[in-house]
Amino acid sequence: MKKQLTLFNEYKKGIWDQNPVFKMLLGLCPVLAVTVSAMNGIAMALATTFVLTFSSFIISLIRKLVPTQVRIASYILIIATFVTVVDLVMRAQFPALSKELGPYIPLIVVNCLILGRQEAFSSKNNPLRSVVDALGMGTGFLIALASLGGIREILGSRTLLGLQVLPDMFEPWLVMILPAGAFLTLGVMLGFLNYLTLRNKRKTDEAQLAHHPELPIIDTSIRQG
Amino acid sequence: MSSVTVTEASNGSELLLSTSPHLHSRWTTKQVMWFVVLALLPCVISAVVFFGFYQLLVIAVAVIFAVGTEAFIQYLLKKPIAVMDGSAVITGLLLGLIVPPHFSLTFTALGSVFGVAIGKMVFGGLGYNIFNPALVGRAFLQAAFPVAITTWTMPSYAVDTVSSATPLAALKFDGVATAVSPLIIGNVGGSLGETSALAVLLGGGFLLVTGVANWRIPAAMVVGVFLFGGALWLLDPAAPSPVFHLFAGSFLFGAMFMATDMVTSPVTGKGMWVYGLGISLMLVVIRVYGGLPEGVMYAILFMNAFVPLINRYTQPGIFGEAKA
Repeated sequence: MKKQLTLFNEYKKGIWDQNPVFKMLLGLCPVLAVTVSAMNGIAMALATTFVLTFSSFIISLIRKLVPTQVRIASYILIIATFVTVVDLVMRAQFPALSKELGPYIPLIVVNCLILGRQEAFSSKNNPLRSVVDALGMGTGFLIALASLGGIREILGSRTLLGLQVLPDMFEPWLVMILPAGAFLTLGVMLGFLNYLTLRNKRKTDEAQLAHHPELPIIDTSIRQG
Repeated sequence: MSSVTVTEASNGSELLLSTSPHLHSRWTTKQVMWFVVLALLPCVISAVVFFGFYQLLVIAVAVIFAVGTEAFIQYLLKKPIAVMDGSAVITGLLLGLIVPPHFSLTFTALGSVFGVAIGKMVFGGLGYNIFNPALVGRAFLQAAFPVAITTWTMPSYAVDTVSSATPLAALKFDGVATAVSPLIIGNVGGSLGETSALAVLLGGGFLLVTGVANWRIPAAMVVGVFLFGGALWLLDPAAPSPVFHLFAGSFLFGAMFMATDMVTSPVTGKGMWVYGLGISLMLVVIRVYGGLPEGVMYAILFMNAFVPLINRYTQPGIFGEAKA
């Protein structure tokens, strides 16, 4: 039996250690498709977080009632209900944003991040823990989409959240608001984050090694290769 | 089999990559690279002659930023600084020669940085890159600044320049064919280094004669252009003729300097033929049916992606083994 995390750590793991985008590479379809601007990214992440939190809560409540054979279908039904809620609310309240995000709001139903959390977490944990986990994952998703959208918006259209941040002299890189720009930005970000993680790991390894001179020396530089 | 690729591993020892039979090349990486630099000089000269001294600045910026990026990344990763092998110089020169005349220096620098950083160094540096770094840089510029990179000016000795269509664009969008003789000399609109077939052939011929570039790839590309371009031309006389395909745009430049890049082309003789024919097929399809007037860049990048596969399927059998 794995040691249970504290509630705060349950929340925190979604932000960094198990960040849905940067660590698990889940839900990449909206990540790549809608992050042409920071605002779109934030809206998408908030919508996803809403759906994730509520469906995690409901699924966790009924986790002992649903037979395993039909669990996926049941989960999808519950997720789809909340997605419909989000879709209709956005259409009524934020018609412009809704139009821009287009089919990607209904497509939250098939976002693997959401179904993945239900399978991996909510179906095995109590409602409180599931909601905390969902909020953590949602926050991680928000950070990823907002930063990706922010970078692409700054370089691709000189603005951030609609405000001009770079001078007119700067020629916008059209590629950044094209699909190719999403892949490039995400790839470079992942590479940089992995580099930081590896460097931190090596530092802690070395620190531990200094305390335990009897341990064998593992050459971590090979991983850097 | 004369295609023995010699690359110097980062720790300084020599690493040989080739299929059997193994014949030791008399060239080192450094020599090969500086020979290519030498072979590119006629194109640099033709660029300056036809488009003015500003182009020398563009090429210099491209080279400086390519070399600088490589050195900087090697410094960051605490790897030996190996810019003197000349490969980054070639990337810079090639990029400087495939941008349009009077291209912005900022954009050129950006293309160089991107090509070397994303096209080469993220894969592990020289010898590990899948795609030709100069073409990666050019493709990035094409996607980032589509207007600037398709603004062509006519070669001019005067200070003011006249913007004009390239022969390929003229044919595609206006149905105007350009005669072949100006294409050979290079007195037409187009990217810096590729307009003069004469200069390209001079440098390319030097590479082929010295054996630095393998003759099979350009040969396969020429055969391919006559095969596929000719077939379409016979079916529909309005399509460009194979001779026009051969001399227009960056076909010769691509065939001599881009496609023959040792790192991103197949190592087997048979593979080189497949690779060259593939490039020509893609090129003719893009030029005749595609939305873009020119397709050499995408055709080569496309076939670059297939090189590992081509290498695997053209592996010669082990001597003495029964034929399958």
